[in-house]
Amino acid sequence: MDATITLRVDGEERRLTVDTRTTLLDALRDRLEATSPKKGCDHGQCGACTVLLDGRRILSCLALAVAHDGADVTTAAGLARTDEGTAGGGLHPVARAFVDHDGFQCGYCTPGQVCSAVGMLREAAADWPSHVTADLDAPVRLDDEEIRERMSGNLCRCGAYTNIVAAIREAAR
Amino acid sequence: MRPFDYTRPDGPSAAVALVAADRGAAYLAGGTNLVDHMKLGVASPTRLVDVRGVLGDRVEELPDGRIRVGAAVPNSDLAAHPAVRRRYPVLSAALLAGASGQLRNAATTGGNLFQRTRCPYFQDTTTPCNKREPGTGCPALEGHGRDNAVLGASDSCVATHPSDMAVALAALGAEARVLGRGGERVVPIPGLHRLPGDEPDRDTVLDHGDLVTAIDLPHLPTAARSAYRKVRDRASYAFALVSVAAALDVVDGTVADVRIAFGGLAHVPWRAHRAEEALLGGPATEEAFRDAARAELADARTGRDNAFKVPLAVNTLASTLRGLAAGEAR
Repeated sequence: MDATITLRVDGEERRLTVDTRTTLLDALRDRLEATSPKKGCDHGQCGACTVLLDGRRILSCLALAVAHDGADVTTAAGLARTDEGTAGGGLHPVARAFVDHDGFQCGYCTPGQVCSAVGMLREAAADWPSHVTADLDAPVRLDDEEIRERMSGNLCRCGAYTNIVAAIREAAR
Repeated sequence: MRPFDYTRPDGPSAAVALVAADRGAAYLAGGTNLVDHMKLGVASPTRLVDVRGVLGDRVEELPDGRIRVGAAVPNSDLAAHPAVRRRYPVLSAALLAGASGQLRNAATTGGNLFQRTRCPYFQDTTTPCNKREPGTGCPALEGHGRDNAVLGASDSCVATHPSDMAVALAALGAEARVLGRGGERVVPIPGLHRLPGDEPDRDTVLDHGDLVTAIDLPHLPTAARSAYRKVRDRASYAFALVSVAAALDVVDGTVADVRIAFGGLAHVPWRAHRAEEALLGGPATEEAFRDAARAELADARTGRDNAFKVPLAVNTLASTLRGLAAGEAR
């Protein structure tokens, strides 16, 4: 069964007809040439496909495109085109921090890491607690333990975690 | 993946009518478990009825002191809700102990209850599984058995329920509001999930087409002193080997009220009535906590790989109650 949907991808409205079985990840990569979200495990275990859906980080491999008709999708590539990216000379501050701190090796997980970090920083700014937050009612202080816990849904097989934490620590300032 | 029709119903009743009339239909909410199962071939619905748009997405404080959680409220919003953090820290903590930030943003309150087991044989369509294909057998009985249930299992299924949230709800004695073809009814938690018996393909007592529209949290002052403790193979982003949800009220060294549920031990979030009865009115001491935990686990049946769960459950419960008695948050 086919369905026609509209997605706003990185600021641009895109209309397309998809088989209902198409995930948001496959729609982005195979149909809309938005290839910064990566297919790692395709089962919601690695985080490489993370995008911001209506401003929140989600896994695009477990989202059906048809179920998100009308949604606003921001990929890692699109972050550069946001106000923060434009002000930063074409790199979003979180992406810039990953470059400055060598927060990657092969780079395959990086777009997902960057989108996840951007979403995570918004969650922390809204004082959402995490599993390691000692006092559920206190304002969130993003120390390294908090960053690690909040980013645990993004795996890096190169093991660049130390520098990823350093990059996010700086971006959080 | 098998082709399927996708429908957005006009309202909850229309959704129920669509699914109840079609054995091949399934509800779709966050999709974090169902879409994966469709990829794996574990589930192959011919119609998806998307209920996110027709279910409540708000957390509402009711005049009688209860809290009503719309079934479409994302796990992340429920965990972060100020009233939930203050009045039911065990529920916030359980939600935050589960999955990852991305998954919690997509997964819903209703959908979380209907997660299916992570038993490796259930998720592997090349192996038999009584839960996935009734009558084919259970390789977990003699195969990889580290995750197997130790309470309430049957000869046909030893799977455990994977939800952290449901363990907290079982401890709190929450209620699910269920819409079916015959109208609305209330199903208590525990009571929603069922033990496997000889029908392990049925995870809950609900009929095909029944739709959870909201979860009600009881007015329960004891829950303000509650905690969730999860033991797993990794520090984060893993399912529980054993988990404990507990609320404890101690007055002058005596247990005035206590609520306990275990995760990782059974096919259901396991409310520990026996341990609660052993503790109520008695001293809030380490010895009493351990005796109560051992009483709850007295009927445990273990296999080659999962005997560790019994002492782990005793220690985890004792440690959680000790923390609560000492006034530690969470």
